[in-house]
Amino acid sequence: MSQSRRILAEHAGRDNVEPGEFIEIPVDLVLANDVTAPLAIKEFERLGSGGLFDPEKVVMVLDHFTPNRDIASAEQCALIRRFAGEYGLKHFYDGGEVGIEHVLLPEEGLIRPGSVVIGADSHTCTYGALGAFATGVGSTDVAAAMSSGMIWLKVPEAILVEVTGSLGRYVGGKDIILYLIGQLGVDGATYRSLEFTGDGLEDLGVEGRLTVANMVIEAGAKNGIFPVDDKTVRYLAEVGVEAREAEVEPDETGYAGRIEIDLGELPPQVALPPLPSNSVPVGEAPREKLDQVVIGSCTNGRIEDLRLAAEVLAGRKAAPGVRLVIIPGSPRVYRESMTEGLFDVFLDAGAIISPPTCGPCLGGHMGVLAAGEKALSTTNRNFVGRMGHRESEVYLCNPAVAAASAVTGRITDPGELT
Amino acid sequence: MSGDGAMIEGRAHRLEDHVNTDLIIPATYLVASDPAELGEHLLEGHDPEFKSRVRPGDIIVAGENFGTGSSREHAPLAIKGAGIACVIASSFARIFFRNAINVGLPILESPDAVKVTGEGDRIRVDLAAGTIENLTTGDTFTVPAYPEFMRRIVDEGGLIKYVMSKDS
Repeated sequence: MSQSRRILAEHAGRDNVEPGEFIEIPVDLVLANDVTAPLAIKEFERLGSGGLFDPEKVVMVLDHFTPNRDIASAEQCALIRRFAGEYGLKHFYDGGEVGIEHVLLPEEGLIRPGSVVIGADSHTCTYGALGAFATGVGSTDVAAAMSSGMIWLKVPEAILVEVTGSLGRYVGGKDIILYLIGQLGVDGATYRSLEFTGDGLEDLGVEGRLTVANMVIEAGAKNGIFPVDDKTVRYLAEVGVEAREAEVEPDETGYAGRIEIDLGELPPQVALPPLPSNSVPVGEAPREKLDQVVIGSCTNGRIEDLRLAAEVLAGRKAAPGVRLVIIPGSPRVYRESMTEGLFDVFLDAGAIISPPTCGPCLGGHMGVLAAGEKALSTTNRNFVGRMGHRESEVYLCNPAVAAASAVTGRITDPGELT
Repeated sequence: MSGDGAMIEGRAHRLEDHVNTDLIIPATYLVASDPAELGEHLLEGHDPEFKSRVRPGDIIVAGENFGTGSSREHAPLAIKGAGIACVIASSFARIFFRNAINVGLPILESPDAVKVTGEGDRIRVDLAAGTIENLTTGDTFTVPAYPEFMRRIVDEGGLIKYVMSKDS
């Protein structure tokens, strides 16, 4: 049975669930942020059922428009703050505790292999990297789950992604997922689970897997999931979660598709606007003049991402006219970047260092684009107007490509920097 | 698809494939939750003039993967708030589909109906019977029923009322 099906069957209290079947199952964690929680709270209170099903299993993170950019976003946060106090939320992240939710939750030890996590944020699928069944839902789903502790789901068919070989220099999780979305298209995995396997995973650390799982939604997938191996167990032990390695059984009902990726053949990728599926090798990307480069987000705002960016930026400066915005994804990543000296490298390169926030990724604040501007970004979406004006453009890439391109002012393969 | 068997008749606003939630309601407006307020900015990311062309009861007819992207429930709320009565698409993105059902926005999947429909065509939808008539071309299409599980949610008038009905 596929990894996702196994988890869903266990939660349904049954030996088996069939792809396509609708099930109602208990959830282990429910997540919302400052954009989606206000609607969820409104619906939850309309329900009038009293308390939360479990105040320890509801998480709210004020990460999208924080530190608040205007009065309206401040009011949203004030509403959530009141709710969190009133209902005794154990995991409420505000002020200096805020990290970008999908960077923060794994670090906080809130994600367990084999658990079911739902979140009113489409990138909730990130947690599949740790062997959880994690999927994005809407605010009303979250409202109902906050009350009942249950969610209805359709059991997904699985597409098997077999990863082989070893990663080249300046190639990582971001390149794997951009290439995969390019193969599948933006709806190629709709309603399906992407299950990652293969000996190539030995070359991909947990942070790289978090990046891959983060973007499975950009192919329309319900979730993405990785096996729980020695790397996962070690990562979890560091954040205080006990876990055991688990063998993955093949799915006896077969797979809806099978894709092979040879890491040895994979160059750094760039996704051209306006879809994440427009991925090409960095050498084939147009050498457009860039106005802004963003390094951060729930996709690439972890410490390994920033170390890689610093490695490329060391002793170099961002090109004149390029605004380089670097966003450590959590307080922990922020502190590590500081103590490891990465901030010196970034400041010497002329970068702006932002507090942890989703900010520019969704055109919220901290780096919104004007008409006609072009940005290269380690974020996850390059839709029309995603980072600002509808006549601005966003290109997506990994942190090394972003750093190298900030230096030259044009999309650049980091291997070409002299 | 509310249980009252409502008939909908309106003009089609034809949209392409992969219309994402950032186009439907740009993120900068996600500091509101009132449908009418959100509706003022409907599809602003796609075409800033779109909203000014919408009349109450109109229908969005879109291609593949409508509503792809973020989990923002503000997207179906903005569509409802702008007075759109129903969305017909060749296919829907998964989270958008859930959200539309959960907030009670009627959505119908019919690649055939989408294929024949042009901008401004008059469309009549019978939600109870599951039929889509294009009055301009004279074509009629039948839409498969929702799975039982979902129909119960829709019949109750959305997920919140469904949960309330189960508790009572």
